[in-house]
Amino acid sequence: MTQTDRTPVLSLRDVHKSFGPVEVLHGVDLDLHAGEVLALIGENGAGKSTAMKCLAGYQAPTSGEVRVDGTPVRFSSLHDGELAGIVLIHQEFNLAEQLTVEQNVFLGRELRRGPLLDRAEMRRRTADYLARVKCDVDPGARVASLSNSQKQMVEIAKALGRDARVLVMDEPTAVLTRREADILFEQVDALRAEGTAVLFTSHKLGEVKQIADRVAVMRDGEVVRTGDAARMSEDEMATAMVGRDVSDLYPAKPGLAADAPILLRVEGLDVPGQAHGIDLQLRAGEILGLAGLVGSGRTEAMEGLCGLRPARARRIEIGGEEVRIRKPADALDKGLVYLTEDRKLKGLLLGKGMRENLTLASLARYGTFIDRDAEDVALTEAIREFDIRAGRRDALVGNLSGGNQQKLLLAKVMQSGPRILIVDEPTRGIDIGTKQQIYAYLRRLAAEGYGIVLVSSEMQEIIGLSDRVLVMRQGRIAGEVTGEAIGEDAIVRHAMGVAARVEAA
Amino acid sequence: MTSTTEGAPTRGWKLPPMGVLGPILALIALIVLGAAMNPSFLAYANITNVLARSAFIGIIAVGMTFVITAGGLDLSVGSMAAFIAGLMILVMNAALPTLGVGVPIILLGMAVALVAGLLAGLLNGFLITTLGIEAFIVTLGTMGIYRSLVTWLADGGTLSLDFGLRTFYRPVYFDGILGVSWPIIVFALVVIAGEVLMGRMRFGRHCAATGSNEQVAHYSNVDVNRTRLATYAMLGVLVGVATIMYVPRLGSASASTGVLWELEAIAAVIIGGTVLKGGFGRVWGTVIGVLILSLIDNILNLTDLVSPYLNGAIQGVIIILAVILQRESRAKD
Ligand SMILES: Nc1ncnc2c1ncn2[C@@H]1O[C@H](COP(=O)(O)OP(=O)(O)OP(=O)(O)O)[C@@H](O)[C@H]1O
Ligand SMILES: [Mg+2]
Repeated sequence: MTQTDRTPVLSLRDVHKSFGPVEVLHGVDLDLHAGEVLALIGENGAGKSTAMKCLAGYQAPTSGEVRVDGTPVRFSSLHDGELAGIVLIHQEFNLAEQLTVEQNVFLGRELRRGPLLDRAEMRRRTADYLARVKCDVDPGARVASLSNSQKQMVEIAKALGRDARVLVMDEPTAVLTRREADILFEQVDALRAEGTAVLFTSHKLGEVKQIADRVAVMRDGEVVRTGDAARMSEDEMATAMVGRDVSDLYPAKPGLAADAPILLRVEGLDVPGQAHGIDLQLRAGEILGLAGLVGSGRTEAMEGLCGLRPARARRIEIGGEEVRIRKPADALDKGLVYLTEDRKLKGLLLGKGMRENLTLASLARYGTFIDRDAEDVALTEAIREFDIRAGRRDALVGNLSGGNQQKLLLAKVMQSGPRILIVDEPTRGIDIGTKQQIYAYLRRLAAEGYGIVLVSSEMQEIIGLSDRVLVMRQGRIAGEVTGEAIGEDAIVRHAMGVAARVEAA
Repeated sequence: MTSTTEGAPTRGWKLPPMGVLGPILALIALIVLGAAMNPSFLAYANITNVLARSAFIGIIAVGMTFVITAGGLDLSVGSMAAFIAGLMILVMNAALPTLGVGVPIILLGMAVALVAGLLAGLLNGFLITTLGIEAFIVTLGTMGIYRSLVTWLADGGTLSLDFGLRTFYRPVYFDGILGVSWPIIVFALVVIAGEVLMGRMRFGRHCAATGSNEQVAHYSNVDVNRTRLATYAMLGVLVGVATIMYVPRLGSASASTGVLWELEAIAAVIIGGTVLKGGFGRVWGTVIGVLILSLIDNILNLTDLVSPYLNGAIQGVIIILAVILQRESRAKD
C-alpha cells in the first residue's frame, strides 16, 4: 500500500501545543491517508493523546495547522471535527454514565420522526452496531452498569454509527481482552477496506505490528520516526520510542529459597456472588501470578481479601499470625495493600494535585498536623523513583498522561509501606520502557522479601514475571502452574476449564 | 480548550486566581463602600455589632463547610438551632427551683445544647451514611421535624427564659474580654480550629477526598461513612455552640427563631469558594462569605440608598456571582 502520492485526508503541520507555560508538542507533522492504518507510539507523556486531540478538533493547537484534504481548517469545537467526518475515541471514556447504551450511541444526533424521537429505529441500529463488534449488551442498559471493556466496545459501536472518514482511537485496547481486541481489529480491517483512515495508539507493540500499515514514533513532543510497520520489528519500535534497548523486558527469576517463610495464607475466602473457596499461599520473595479470563473473579477476590468489599474467610494468616480483615485499614495495618486496576474511578483523585494523592492512603505517617514539607520530600522521591513526568509539580492529576497517572498510583500504594503487595493490572497504559522498569522494581521488592500477587490479563506479563501462577475460572481457583511449566497453553487450559489438574505442559 | 493562554503573567510573583481573590476583593469593596456612605460604619460599636451578629451564622457555616466539602448538605441547621434553644430554655426553667440562679444552671443549659446538637447531628449523619438516604431528603425531613417540635414546645407562642436567669446569662452575649464580646471570641476560636482541621489535619483531607470521589477515598483507606458521619456530628455540636451564644441575646425561642439560617450558612460557604458538589473547601473563605452577607445587611440598614427589604435580592445576586467566578477560575486550570 503506497499512498504517498495522494493528498492525506487529515494532517498536522508543525503543530505546537502549550498548556500554560509548558509546551508539550514541539512541531508535530503527521499524515493520515484514506484506507490506511497509522499507529502512533511513544512513551508515556510523549504527547500522543494531545496530538490526537488536536487532530480531531478537541483541542486547538497553539500554533501550526490542521489540514483536511490539504486545506487548513480551524475547528472551533469537537462538533466541527465530527462534521468533517473525524471521530475520536478518548483514552478516558466519554460516555454519559446515566444514559443507556442506545442514548449514548445517538447522543447529539438523535433520529426523529416528526417532532418525536424514533426510538425503535435507534434501538435497531444500535443493536446492529453492537452486533458488528460482537458486543453482547442490551441497547437499553445503562452505561454505568457496564464493565470497562464493554464500555470500550460501546465507544467503538458509537464510532461505527458516525460513518467516520477518519477514526482516531486513543489506546482502545488498554481495557480489552485479546479476543475483544481481535474483534476490534476485524472492524478496523473492514473500515480500512472501505477507505476509512484510522489512527490509533497502543503500548502493545504486538498489536501495532499486527494491524498497522505505518508507524509514527513520538518522543518528547516530536515525531522522531515514521515508517512501514512491515519493515520495523517490535524491538526497533521499542528502541525508537524509549531511546535505549528494551529487549530484556522481564528480569531473571532467581528461584525461591526452599525455606522462604510464608507471608500470607488464605483459606476458604468467599466473596458473595464473585469468588468462592479461594485458598492461596504466598511466600516472602515470591511473585504469584493470578491469571484468568476477564470476569473470573480475580479482582473481586483480591478486593475481598483486602477488606474493600464484603467477604468471609475461614482463616487468613499474615506472617504466621491469624488476622481478621473487615476494612481496608485492617489490611493496611498488617502491611497488605492492593493496587486497583481502575486508576480513574478507584485510584486517584483527578481534580487534586500529586501531593495530596500520593499521601492520601498513608496520611497518618505525616503527623497529627500534616507535615507538608515531608509530603513534598516524599513527592520528590516518588517522582524520581518512578520517573513520573508531569511537566509541573502542581499539575492536577487529571492532566497527567495516562501512564504517568499509573506510575503515581504505584508510588501512592508503596507509600503505605506494605509487606504484601497485590497489584492488579499494574502496567495498564504504561509504555514499554517503563514496563521494564516496573517489572524490575517488582522483582527487586521480591528479592528484598516482599510477597507480591500479580493480577494481570496480559499473558506475557504473567508468564514473564511469576514464580508460580494460580488460574481462576468462574470465581474459583481452577489450577496452579509452577516453574518451567508456566506457559500460555497450561494457563489457558485451566482458564477455559479444559485441564483436569494437568501440571506439566 | 482555549488557545489564548499566552502572555499570562507567569514570571515572579503570580496573582492568585480569581477564585481566591474574588471574595476578598468583594469584602474590601463592601468595606470601602460602607465607610464612604456612612461615617459611623467603621465605628467600634458598629463593627462589634456586625461581628457579633455574624458569629451565629459563622459558627454554623464553619461546620457546614466540612459537610459540603465531604459531599453532603444540611438543611436542618436553622430549625435545629431553634429546637435546641427551646429545649435549653425549658430545661433551665425547669431546673431553676432546684439549682437556683447561678453558674451551675448555665452550665447545665450549655451541656443540654451541646448534647442535643451532637445527637441531632448524629441522627442526620446516621440516616445519610448508614441508611444511605440522600442528604437533601434527610435534612429536609429533619428541618420540618425540629421546626414543628419547637412550635409544639412553645405551644405556638414563645418560650422565654426566666427573667432572673436571663439577667444572669446576658453577659455571655454582651460581655467579653478586652472589649471583644464572647460570640466574637468563640467564633474566632471555631474558625481557627476549623482552618487547622481542614488545612493541616487528616480529617480535612479525608473530607475533601470523600467529597471528590467516594470510591477513590474508600480504596485509599479513608473510612468514608465515618468521615461523613463526623461532619454532621460536628455541625450539630457547632449549632449547639451557636445556640449557647444566641439564647442570652433575646432570652427566648419561638417558631421564627433561626428561620433561613441554613440558607445563609450554605450561601456563606459557597461565596467563600467551597465547591457545592464537594471535594474542595476552605474555612477562611467561609468567614469571608459570612462577613460579606452581614455587611450587605448592615450597609443597607445604615444607608437609605436601597430599601433593606431588597437585602435578599442583593445577597442572591452575590451568591450567583460567586459561583460564576468559581467556574471561570476552574475552567482555566
Ligand atoms: N490539559 C492539560 N493541562 C496540562 N498539561 C497537560 C494537559 N494535557 C496533557 N498535558 C501534558 O502533556 C504531556 C503529554 O500528554 P499526553 O496525554 O499527550 O501523553 P501521551 O503520549 O498520550 O501519554 P500516555 O501514553 O501516558 O497516554 C504530559 O506531560 C501531560 O502532563
Ligand atoms: Mg495518552
